[in-house]
Amino acid sequence: MSAIPLRAASSGYDVERIRRDFPILSRTVHGKPLTYLDSAASAQRPLAVIRAVDDYETRSHANVHRGVHALSQEATAAFEGARERVRRFINARSTREVIFTRGTTESINLVAQSWGRARLGPGDEILITALEHHANIVPWQMVRDATGCSLIVAPIDTSGELIMEEFHRLLSPRTRLVAVAHVSNALGTILPIAAIITAAHARRIPVLVDGAQAVPHIKVDVQALGADFYAFSGHKLYGPTGIGILYGREELLREMPPWQGGGDMILNVTFERTTYNELPYKFEAGTPNMSGAVGLGAAIDYVESIGLEAIAAHEHLLLEAATAKLSEIPGLTLIGTARHKAAVLSFVLAGIHPHDLGTILDAEGVAVRTGHHCAQPVMDFFGIPATARASFACYNTLAEVDQLAVALRRAQEVFG
Amino acid sequence: MELKDLYRDVILDHNRQPRNFGRLDPADATADGHNPLCGDRLTVSLRLAGDTIEDIRFEGKGCAISTASASMMSDAVKGRDRAAVHALFSRVHALLTQPDAPPDESLGKLAALSGVREFPSRVKCASLCWHTLNAALDQGGTISTEGGNESSSEGAA
Repeated sequence: MSAIPLRAASSGYDVERIRRDFPILSRTVHGKPLTYLDSAASAQRPLAVIRAVDDYETRSHANVHRGVHALSQEATAAFEGARERVRRFINARSTREVIFTRGTTESINLVAQSWGRARLGPGDEILITALEHHANIVPWQMVRDATGCSLIVAPIDTSGELIMEEFHRLLSPRTRLVAVAHVSNALGTILPIAAIITAAHARRIPVLVDGAQAVPHIKVDVQALGADFYAFSGHKLYGPTGIGILYGREELLREMPPWQGGGDMILNVTFERTTYNELPYKFEAGTPNMSGAVGLGAAIDYVESIGLEAIAAHEHLLLEAATAKLSEIPGLTLIGTARHKAAVLSFVLAGIHPHDLGTILDAEGVAVRTGHHCAQPVMDFFGIPATARASFACYNTLAEVDQLAVALRRAQEVFG
Repeated sequence: MELKDLYRDVILDHNRQPRNFGRLDPADATADGHNPLCGDRLTVSLRLAGDTIEDIRFEGKGCAISTASASMMSDAVKGRDRAAVHALFSRVHALLTQPDAPPDESLGKLAALSGVREFPSRVKCASLCWHTLNAALDQGGTISTEGGNESSSEGAA
């Protein structure tokens, strides 16, 4: 049962050194060492992020884009520096294409309200998949209800993979937008996003990608992908909460009306009329989350200092070990067994409700998410109310995979 | 925080073999309960004589705490009238939420739920059935642990 030292298994990847960068990982929970397996809900932050936010708050905070005084200029430089950092990270053509939002949810709502409401109507279709998080379902339902367009759902198979033949069949002359997850939060499925975009673009249909679960694990190049919109959150990428990104192709963004009005998004206001600001500020009404943006920039620096490929390789090792280990547990069923997966394991254990499992694992110091993972249609598809979900990040170890298995067997003991 | 205080034998027994499981048809009153945080769903159906519960069934899918709580509740409320049910729920609610609630002999088997108060995230699991029963006694319909009713203030989500 003892874990193989990770360095032996994954040469050059020093997980113990990485763990020391995350202060929270050294705490205990209920007297047990913390085994944090809920990074798909929110990843922990390295000291580099905590310090960057602290440094901004301690030294440089003032409102951005406003004052001529030193602090306002420092704050603006930090904020716009973070935007440029994000641009390089996703390889957008220009910072005009990088809009700061509160997170993936707000990014998708921005597109739904600004792009969707203005141009959709009865007879038009939005195509999503059966794997979507509620954040990529509900905004489109709101647009549907406001405009009379239809929401079409491409089905998945029992392994949790999108059925591509069905997806191709559902792409129709009426389809106006494809909105898909890059990686499923509930199951870990990595969708064939390049093929999806190619198929949609062949019909001149724009594609929005919900990349919340992808950017921490997969190098995303929005130009190479050809995504028209790409949304993600800071806090799943080891950054702060309350900050996220909407990438949009400039041609599309330029044609879109603002979705919120206020300060910062205007050039000139009289009571008769207002001239809107340039991109990206047209979509950033009000004082933004400057410290969040600074933290996100630091998180990207941190991730790239380890290397996304190295992180992905390490996580894949954990995924394979955990899949093998959990498959040995009698009565355990993995939900989501796609060929290409991020390091997410959703599962149910016979005779033990996921909610009970969550409590028992917590008592062992093991933090997993239990519930429907904001993806109720996925749960309905598998005929279950909920799953337990263990998700792995750059700082998890093979010893923690063992710890999860031990805690699961402990749950089976409790339930006799 | 001791797991064995939460998952006592009597709770595990009621989870494995829930009493009064099923649905009365016809019923004088029914209500659905839903805890959207964990997906628990529960239907309570009643046969009434005046406002006294002559018979009760519950069905649904839930965790051990919610299933055992509903099972023990169904045993405890049979033959009681609305006022007695409300009084009993008040005592159960105190048991679930008050850290230093004294032992209450009159609760019988329901006292096994006292361990729940050490697990604030699980209070809603244990109280869902009671809110659903109250809804059935009042006018039927659907209740949810999230928003709109008093239970939303219970425990931490």
